[in-house]
Amino acid sequence: MAAISLRNVVKRYRTGVQEVQVIHGVNAEVAPGEFVVIVGPSGCGKSTLLRMVAGLEEITGGEVAIGDRVVNNLEPADRDIAMVFQNYALYPHMTVFDNMAYGLKIRKMPAAEIRSRVDKAAAILELGQLLQRKPRELSGGQRQRVAMGRAIVRQPLVFLFDEPLSNLDAKLRAQTRIEIQKLHRELGITSLFVTHDQVEAMTLAQRMLVMNAGRMEQFGTPEEVYHRPASTFVASFIGSPPMNLMNHAPGARAGTIMGIRPEHLDVGNSGWEVQVETTELLGAERLIYGRVAGEQIIVRSAENQPNPAPDSVIRVAPREDRLHWFDAATGKRI
Amino acid sequence: MVQNRPWVTFCSHAILILGVLLVAFPLYVTFVASTHTLEEILSVPMPLTPGTHLWENYAQVLRSGSTRGAAAPVGRMMFNSLVMALVIAFGKIAISIVASFAIVYFRFPLRRTFFWMIFITLMLPVEVRIIPTYKVVSDLGMLNSYVGLTLPLIASATATFLFRQFFLTIPDELAEAARMDGAGPMRFFFDVLLPLSATSIAALFVIQFIYGWNQYLWPLLITSDESMYTAVIGIKRMIVGGDALTEWQLVMATAMLAMIPPAIVVLLMQKWFVKGLVDTEK
Repeated sequence: MAAISLRNVVKRYRTGVQEVQVIHGVNAEVAPGEFVVIVGPSGCGKSTLLRMVAGLEEITGGEVAIGDRVVNNLEPADRDIAMVFQNYALYPHMTVFDNMAYGLKIRKMPAAEIRSRVDKAAAILELGQLLQRKPRELSGGQRQRVAMGRAIVRQPLVFLFDEPLSNLDAKLRAQTRIEIQKLHRELGITSLFVTHDQVEAMTLAQRMLVMNAGRMEQFGTPEEVYHRPASTFVASFIGSPPMNLMNHAPGARAGTIMGIRPEHLDVGNSGWEVQVETTELLGAERLIYGRVAGEQIIVRSAENQPNPAPDSVIRVAPREDRLHWFDAATGKRI
Repeated sequence: MVQNRPWVTFCSHAILILGVLLVAFPLYVTFVASTHTLEEILSVPMPLTPGTHLWENYAQVLRSGSTRGAAAPVGRMMFNSLVMALVIAFGKIAISIVASFAIVYFRFPLRRTFFWMIFITLMLPVEVRIIPTYKVVSDLGMLNSYVGLTLPLIASATATFLFRQFFLTIPDELAEAARMDGAGPMRFFFDVLLPLSATSIAALFVIQFIYGWNQYLWPLLITSDESMYTAVIGIKRMIVGGDALTEWQLVMATAMLAMIPPAIVVLLMQKWFVKGLVDTEK
């Protein structure tokens, strides 16, 4: 177990004469044994940040430390980390056993030790029957487990995951999410997990690091991020459907943006007048899309509530203690 | 479309059989001619059934070539051809796989320039640069030597390009995973790239072996010593000026012998060859 420190980490690429900055000074301290998810839309620099920790990308500025060692100039193999790639990157010509053992063989570990480590990892991941197969003979979920096994046998200080679930179907993804959680509880190894999927982020993270356009927007527990989003970006990125953000909400001060989550609006006899546009039944709940004071609003109501007709007007009361206020100029929470 | 019409089946088979006969007939004539005496071949019409001098003719060429043309034993020529074909095939594969490894996986100044320089040589076949090449080889004193026979033909833009294209299809993550596992560049090359390239290497080996074996112009230019003749040159040298003097039965026997090794290589590596051309293990 080791802490990870990101100290003012900067990444710039040089393309011809132009220089493009993709990471603008990220500061974060990951505690030993913590599971941190880096989440953001595609192109926000989250994978780049992870690859800088891994040593696959050069660090342009700032420092990355694993434990008490600054690793800026260390080769990936010398950082005592293991990584699970999005496409798993298994060696196609090697058996499952050899795939997991390769890194250990290079480190000249005795064969008996390699065998016991691989067997142990295979037992945890239920790969025992598959050790002599080639990757192409495995299903997507099995390949994913082999990729995890390859990381586990190394017994590293840090696990790095680069969107490891994005190639699985929805059902398997949910299942694997739970397995990863269980694995982390058992092994307790510090983990960085990159994803663009907010559900994955919310369910897996002990703390999540929300990124946008190369900047860290917020770093906190899922509860903090959900209930006290630090900016309008976080408010609209986390949560589905996203938080309602309104410039001209009834009762809002000029220069502020008011935010309220769809589930914190109660349909009743008082409150704002909402012009209903359309509704969607999602099973246990119904989403009502409408306009209030000319602004788009989404209301979440229970499925057993009456379904308002399009173009009808309903009254919706916001729960006052659930209102969020943001500065209209900076987008930051007030 | 799958059809079951007897007439169509008959026609397609007839055309195929006709094609096979067309290709096989010259080979058959060659074989027949190599089993007769010169007098029998020169009689009109030429006999189309195998004669009785098969052992005599083959033993003669293998031991001491022709009696009127070049007298170098074909056994020796076959050996020369084999050396040439093998050195060219292995040399080309070794050099081009290492070259494409450098071009694809290493960042060095003028990388693209080097790639294009190699690529442009594709447009310059051996025949175009044969005079300067001859001058260089001759000045280096490599005439009538195995080095002279093989070295100028080893550099191969085609093979380099082929390996480069293959390496580009291997996901970058594989190289990154190997880096994570602590494999240095050469370790990655031997443990991952080389095994993955096995089928491509096999396909290239077949192509380059036949290319090397069938070289004509280059060995013709630089070998004047009979002991350095290749089989293909041997055939040429056995044909002397006037038709009447040429011992066609021996020429044909040599031609038959010269066909055997490429045929063996193709037969043995057929499976790998096809696999290397159509799919990759990914």
